Amino acid sequence: MSETVIEVTGLVKEYGGHRAVAGVDLSVPEGEIFSLLGPNGAGKSTTIEILEGFRRRDGGVVRVLGVDPEKADRSWRTRIGIVWQGETLLPKVPVREVVRHFAGHHPRPRDSDAVLELVGLTEKARALPESLSGGQRRRLDVALGIIGGPELLFLDEPTTGFDPKARRDFWELIRNLAREGTTVVLTTHYLEEAEALADRVCVLAEGRVRALDSPATLGGRATAQATVHWSQDGVRREIRTDEPTRVITELAAVHPGEIPELRVHRPTLEDVYLELIGDAEGTGTRTEQPEAVA
Amino acid sequence: MSTLTDARLPGTLRLGLSRGWLEIRSFTREWESVVFTFALPALILTMFASIFDGLFDMGMPAVDHYLPGLFAMGLMSVSFQTLGAGIATERDQGGLRRLRGTPMPPAAYFIGKTVLVFFLAAGQAVLLLGVSALVFDATLPGSAADWLTVAWVLVLGTIACSLLGIAVSSLARTAQAASTIVVVPFLVLQFTSGVFVPVTVLPDWVLTFASLFPLLWMAQGMRAAFHPDAMATFEPSGAWDLHLVALALGAWCVVGLVLVLLTFRWKTRKDG
Repeated sequence: MSETVIEVTGLVKEYGGHRAVAGVDLSVPEGEIFSLLGPNGAGKSTTIEILEGFRRRDGGVVRVLGVDPEKADRSWRTRIGIVWQGETLLPKVPVREVVRHFAGHHPRPRDSDAVLELVGLTEKARALPESLSGGQRRRLDVALGIIGGPELLFLDEPTTGFDPKARRDFWELIRNLAREGTTVVLTTHYLEEAEALADRVCVLAEGRVRALDSPATLGGRATAQATVHWSQDGVRREIRTDEPTRVITELAAVHPGEIPELRVHRPTLEDVYLELIGDAEGTGTRTEQPEAVA
Repeated sequence: MSTLTDARLPGTLRLGLSRGWLEIRSFTREWESVVFTFALPALILTMFASIFDGLFDMGMPAVDHYLPGLFAMGLMSVSFQTLGAGIATERDQGGLRRLRGTPMPPAAYFIGKTVLVFFLAAGQAVLLLGVSALVFDATLPGSAADWLTVAWVLVLGTIACSLLGIAVSSLARTAQAASTIVVVPFLVLQFTSGVFVPVTVLPDWVLTFASLFPLLWMAQGMRAAFHPDAMATFEPSGAWDLHLVALALGAWCVVGLVLVLLTFRWKTRKDG
């Protein structure tokens, strides 16, 4: 049993001379929820498709479950599950039949009804896939992704079009899978999704790894400066500081009552992310000294 | 983990048959394809047999005249048209890619399609022959030899058209484009292969062009089985030329297979 599920060193993929993936190193241990973030064209999809064995690489070493995906065989395929981006054509037979059919592709599938229960589609077992709502349809995609009992699950933009409640239920489902030992690779455009689910986040930009850390510490987020916002004489002011408590104490001393419009802001994952991918374009420098702006 | 990988993978044939059953159930739920792909030849036959009977001198009732050609057309419809448009849609909408991401052996997919097409071809035969014999009192082949001809023309023609349909599906960039790419050549072939118009009235170059494709030979093979032997004088060479029918259809099976192996893709072009 290998501890490391995905091992990538120096991955390179070129399209007509352009390096879409320009030397990526990744290592994902078993049971981790690993999230890959990045703007469109950052090399995310290319990297994932190489890991899934759907695209050939131009350089580097890739091992997924100990196997080079380019030489993947059926027994390797049964150990990975893929939930594709977007809606995918399904046969016009009831949901339960679709799941049972895909179960038949695997040597030791999970129980079809148990999987339907897990993704919350028991009520819809007799419905046709085309009659499902977007969220239900996506959960059926997940059911098909996990029916073979994969050790590694790829989720590509799994919650696009979900309402907030459905998204939270879905996150719980993914956490449960990870608790059972499934390694999950998640690509998403929703940063709160990465923050809620991922053990580690990898930000890709221009084919390179910009940052790789836990969501809480990504890009120096844990130690980053806070911004204190308030209003003075009707003018909005802000200070970036390492010591927000001291700043507020000082402000409290000069304001007799409430400090007007007081707000303390720590960088969100989105702030850090935007800065990271902004850096890739050669912009975005962080202010070192507290300064007041009008 | 090791127990998982040691477990036996499902057999290709079993998976293929399971896919075939799924394909059949999925097809029959789509009433548009059932009506326009499957029942169309029977509808046309019904119209021709009702309208054209006695209108021209065909030397036989209209139903007998049109039945072999429409049978050939029906077989091409359930194979070429069903697979050409169907697989392009599956490819465009990611159904093929999803399958390729599972441990399904590729052969199982094609076994499934074979099961579907032969189910539809058999259904086509039952429907067309049933309607023409029961409703219009058509003359069906009288000898075992003629039925044998029907059988091998059906099998070879259906395989050739299926392979051609799978190859054509790769030409279409989108599912919508596929129905055009499939329907237009099929329609052209119907008018140039002796389905609606006797081949003898066609200009030479049209006949030569149509002879390059399977439908003309399928129709000729079916006429040989259904029509009285004396009608052979109305064929271009004055004979049924069944050896040429077998040769042309057999050649198309080989050419079609090569085309499929060279062109088949599980992903669309935009997927890379």
